[in-house]
Amino acid sequence: MAWKRKDVLGLEEFGRDEVELVLDTADSMHEILRRPIKKVPTLRGKTVVTLFYEPSTRTRTSFELAAKYMSADTVSIATATSSVQKGETLRDTARNLEVMGADCFVVRHGMSGAPHFLARVLEAPVINAGDGMHEHPTQGLLDLYTMRRRKGRLEGLRVAIIGDVAHSRVARSDIWGLLKFGAEVRVAGPTTLLPLGFEELGVKVFHRVEDALEGADVVNVLRLQLERQKRGLFPTVREYAKFWGIGRERLALAQPDVLLMHPGPMNRGVEITTEVADGLHSAILEQVTNGVAVRMALLYLLLGAAEAERPGEPRPVEAGAARAGGED
Amino acid sequence: MPDNAARLLIRGGTVLDPAQGLNDRRDVLVADGKVAAVEAGLDGHPDARDARVIDATGRVVVPGFIDLHVHLREPGFEHKEDIASGSRAAAAGGFTTVVCMPNTQPVLDTRVAIEEVRRRARHVGLVNVLPAGTVTKGSRGEELAELGDMREGGAVLFTDDGVPVRNAEVMRCALEYGRSFGVPIGQHAEDPDLSAGGVMHLGAVSSRLGLRGIPSASEASVVARDALLAGLTGGHLHVLHVSAAETVEFVRWAKARGIRVTAEVAPHHLILTDEAVRDSGYDTNTKVNPPLRSEADRRALLDGLRDGTIDAIATDHAPHHVDDKDVEYDLAAFGISGLETAVAALLTYLVGPGTLPLSLVVEKLTAGPARVLGLDKGSLRPGADADLTVLDLEREWVVNPERFYSKGRNTPLAGRRLVGGPVLTVVGGRVVMEEGRVRSSGVSTPEGLYRYA
Repeated sequence: MAWKRKDVLGLEEFGRDEVELVLDTADSMHEILRRPIKKVPTLRGKTVVTLFYEPSTRTRTSFELAAKYMSADTVSIATATSSVQKGETLRDTARNLEVMGADCFVVRHGMSGAPHFLARVLEAPVINAGDGMHEHPTQGLLDLYTMRRRKGRLEGLRVAIIGDVAHSRVARSDIWGLLKFGAEVRVAGPTTLLPLGFEELGVKVFHRVEDALEGADVVNVLRLQLERQKRGLFPTVREYAKFWGIGRERLALAQPDVLLMHPGPMNRGVEITTEVADGLHSAILEQVTNGVAVRMALLYLLLGAAEAERPGEPRPVEAGAARAGGED
Repeated sequence: MPDNAARLLIRGGTVLDPAQGLNDRRDVLVADGKVAAVEAGLDGHPDARDARVIDATGRVVVPGFIDLHVHLREPGFEHKEDIASGSRAAAAGGFTTVVCMPNTQPVLDTRVAIEEVRRRARHVGLVNVLPAGTVTKGSRGEELAELGDMREGGAVLFTDDGVPVRNAEVMRCALEYGRSFGVPIGQHAEDPDLSAGGVMHLGAVSSRLGLRGIPSASEASVVARDALLAGLTGGHLHVLHVSAAETVEFVRWAKARGIRVTAEVAPHHLILTDEAVRDSGYDTNTKVNPPLRSEADRRALLDGLRDGTIDAIATDHAPHHVDDKDVEYDLAAFGISGLETAVAALLTYLVGPGTLPLSLVVEKLTAGPARVLGLDKGSLRPGADADLTVLDLEREWVVNPERFYSKGRNTPLAGRRLVGGPVLTVVGGRVVMEEGRVRSSGVSTPEGLYRYA
């Protein structure tokens, strides 16, 4: 299939074939990351702006490196303050950057829907790098990519997502992606942190974490935002760790070859113990590497694919492009 | 001859006046600002001789629509709306009487403020503008405002709308004291603790969109409390902008017990649901308080209209400047600019498909709201003020907010094709809107005049 999307706002609206195209392209990118000289000229002359209204180390660096490995220039704007506090609206900030020549916007914002707003305002592609409690599509794609690489498939996988699902943009993107491939999605956590109405989407909701872990092929542990406790959603971190924290005993309820994932940053000893986070089943660092490959794939599809089709130009990701073309 | 003394003969239309039980072909003769006669074949009537004749063949003549709930934003927020632009929007939408909310800057909490709004509205001279006063001084929810004096100055309703009267004892006193003057106390029913931070209805859709939700219980719990207080005091509680199914049940329960409770519902809650937030991709024009709720709520509101639980349809016209809406969803102002689309949208989405009969919708826009306020309006009885509206049920148009008379272009209905709408608005015997064009009123506040003052 051909890539038609201007923006990447969420996995809810992605088709299964689109997800597959991204994952296949990421395979080629993964190969580039293993080369001694990790640089291809694909996006030379393109400028990628990362516009982050929330603190982030991992995601922003991952996008910047992805762009740099493909020879794009990057500009990084991080602001702890909201646009309103800064005295300039989100629209104005983004439009100013666009007329300076930005070719792509990677946006992280604490408010759900902010990237959708920008996508309407800007002609350049917008990639959602996490919006409020809505979606984090590139994290969702890298999670799917990691599961597919390690398990060889997504169909029929039993995936347990544990923790603060209600407020998690990672969980939403994972759920949308997994459901498209016919995986069995289970969620568990305290009732105050479970989302409303997800059963209707086909998600299995558990109140006891043990029930969700039983026989799981993948366990994805979500980060616990400690400020939720102050809002009264659970009494203490201690009680949370006792009933919902993932350690060796609980992980043993899953399949013997279970894959343990976490989007980071981890609260060691709260939602996950160090023993399992650094243990044999953990794919947590692999997720981070895969994140770069997936983001390279998206930048390539959004910015580079059309030009690579022109005769006489090098095709930097032959394998991915060829395979994707064959599956249409 | 001043034109309010002019005579009008509106000929050949179907007169639909629920208060009189009329729904047949008749002429309407207007003289000296009053309805002179509503009968078939008025051509030969002595007063019809030098009257201007308006052909209403194929159209429906109804009493002028009464809107219990609009925000005209003047004084204080003239960049969003003012009395002149809001009056034009009302005339364009077929409304002859509007009740304007007191959450201006300063709030309308004194008789002098009430009188000043009325003076300005008379100066504009398009539609009847009846101010609501606040329940409490400064709308702070602490001490009662001078309800009696404001009543004498022309206030018809008392409400801290925009915010609830939170304290139950203050609400009890307001309902009890309001009895002295026979005035309704309007409640913006919302529990601020339950709704804190919320931007849309709490449900499966908010959960998918990752937006913080406002539970129906935020509204319904306050209505349950206030219905009990109305029962305790014998006061008149008017529930503003009912949005939740549970609220309808509490109002129904109170009415069945003989408690003096009335209720209004906004067109957007009858037509749209929380799915609109998702379908529009976080369009901030879907952000309104109370929020667009679920399909089950929408159906319950329709049932409430059918069985008389809900007395009136009121727009909650809440115009905003583009700067207040062209931002992140969480930061956008709540509100929909509704005066110019309300009637057409009701006709298109509820009357057209047969969900509600036309006569019921007209009743909820005329006699219904008049009864809530005890107003001598909302009917075309001979001798009544000649406030009337003519509807063309076939007229098709596409909503283009750029062409609104209102300064508020904030509508979730932009681009929709609507079928049916008002084509003539007459206030006190004077034509104020004809075929979509509003008569110039001569005055308007320049945009932004007070904005940077």
